[in-house]
Amino acid sequence: MRYAMAIDTKKCVGCSDCVVACQTENNVPIGYCRDWIVEVTDGTYPQLEIELRSERCNHCDNSPCVRCCPTGASHYEAGGIVVVTHHECIGCGACITSCPYDARYSHPEGYVDKCTFCLHRVKKGQQPACVAVCPTKCMYFGDLDDPNSEVSVIMKKRKHKTLIPEAGTKPQVYYLI
Amino acid sequence: MREEIITSGRLNPNIDPFLQIWHWHIPLYLFLGGLAAGIMFFASLYTVLGKENKYRGAVRRAPVVVPFLLIIGLTALFFDLKHKLYFWQLYTTIRIQSPMSWGAWTLMAITPLSMVWVAIHIREFFPKWDWKFDILNEVEAFFIKYKKPLAWVILYFSVILGIYTGILFSAFNARPLWNTSILGPLFLTSGLSAGSAVIIMFSQRQKERINFAKIDIMLIGIELFLIIHMFMGFLASTEVQIEAANMFLGGQYTAPFWIFVVIIGMILPAILEFLELRKFHIPVIIPVILVLFGSLMLRFIFAYAGQMSRWLY
Repeated sequence: MRYAMAIDTKKCVGCSDCVVACQTENNVPIGYCRDWIVEVTDGTYPQLEIELRSERCNHCDNSPCVRCCPTGASHYEAGGIVVVTHHECIGCGACITSCPYDARYSHPEGYVDKCTFCLHRVKKGQQPACVAVCPTKCMYFGDLDDPNSEVSVIMKKRKHKTLIPEAGTKPQVYYLI
Repeated sequence: MREEIITSGRLNPNIDPFLQIWHWHIPLYLFLGGLAAGIMFFASLYTVLGKENKYRGAVRRAPVVVPFLLIIGLTALFFDLKHKLYFWQLYTTIRIQSPMSWGAWTLMAITPLSMVWVAIHIREFFPKWDWKFDILNEVEAFFIKYKKPLAWVILYFSVILGIYTGILFSAFNARPLWNTSILGPLFLTSGLSAGSAVIIMFSQRQKERINFAKIDIMLIGIELFLIIHMFMGFLASTEVQIEAANMFLGGQYTAPFWIFVVIIGMILPAILEFLELRKFHIPVIIPVILVLFGSLMLRFIFAYAGQMSRWLY
């Protein structure tokens, strides 16, 4: 099993509904976010292209955060989801520093926090909150090892990329382009 | 002109607009840890070589500060933790791939060992010292008997401690400025240089001072070579590392780094030590303070600049 997310940059309108849904679902402290919208404008005026991306932890296959954690609080759950066990985290910040995507933050209560792919929902067979609420249905979540899952099917059909693949982290959030 | 503008909606405290998760605690600890490693390295090295009496300053006198340095450093590390009451989780596991885990265990070993080292040399400062309890006298006799094996163990751990302070940074590929294997040797050399400076301060014999002034000049030479080598490596590397190097080659860290670290902290004390070897009378404390200042600034600048260097995507 390998959970992954595919996000259609052509369908995303950057409404930030995923951000709010995540903050509500996961009780994210005010002023923090586990997912966020990035807008990239590229080109020479007036020929400009805009790419909108809903970004979050990439739940990398080769996660530097899991590697550098001195206590083992950062670990892989079934399906490759990277999670922090709060009562094992000492808040040293090594994982925050190690993440090329800066996807982690220090929770005001002390431990390090980040996107969990809504593990608590996934375990119940539900979709992550961000995927469930997306008004343009631009996000796909599922098991990459299952060729019939929604995410496998869309990735076969569409061109896709990952963020900073050259960092060697093998990210598992794919962007359809 | 083709332009790429990246706008992010994320504004997490201490993460955006650039990473600032590690403040003064970490560089201060890296300095104290490196300095402690440097002093203990020379103390154990000259014991292993059987030159204890010739180098009393290095073997018996200077190590007296090491337990204090390590305790202050550990306290700084503790204050850096955001989930403080869970710090003991460090000692429930050994994570081979995590430099921080290595460091935690190394400190666990070298801190008590440095205290033992000071205890068995306490009569250097208090000739009439008495432990009062028989058991303590027996423990002392035991360690004095096995001083050489103890020195070997400390030698080993001091090298790990000294080099780990750099590896802690270089293991992060997310921060291009830190992601160079030169950083371990550079911080180790800088720690040894700071250690030899403190030994010069503690030494009472001119011959020993001259020996350590020579060692320090050599170490500063190695440091300068490593720094040049590091920037050559950056400039020959990928774009993110070229950008990281540019922070020091025209960017915002150019003046602090080259003035405070390289000129005031390395070249100037090396010149003063050289003049001392040429029989000029120079107050010994001046090059010592300059070397320590340079060593501290090196870590502060690298800690802050490293967090600012990043991948852009």
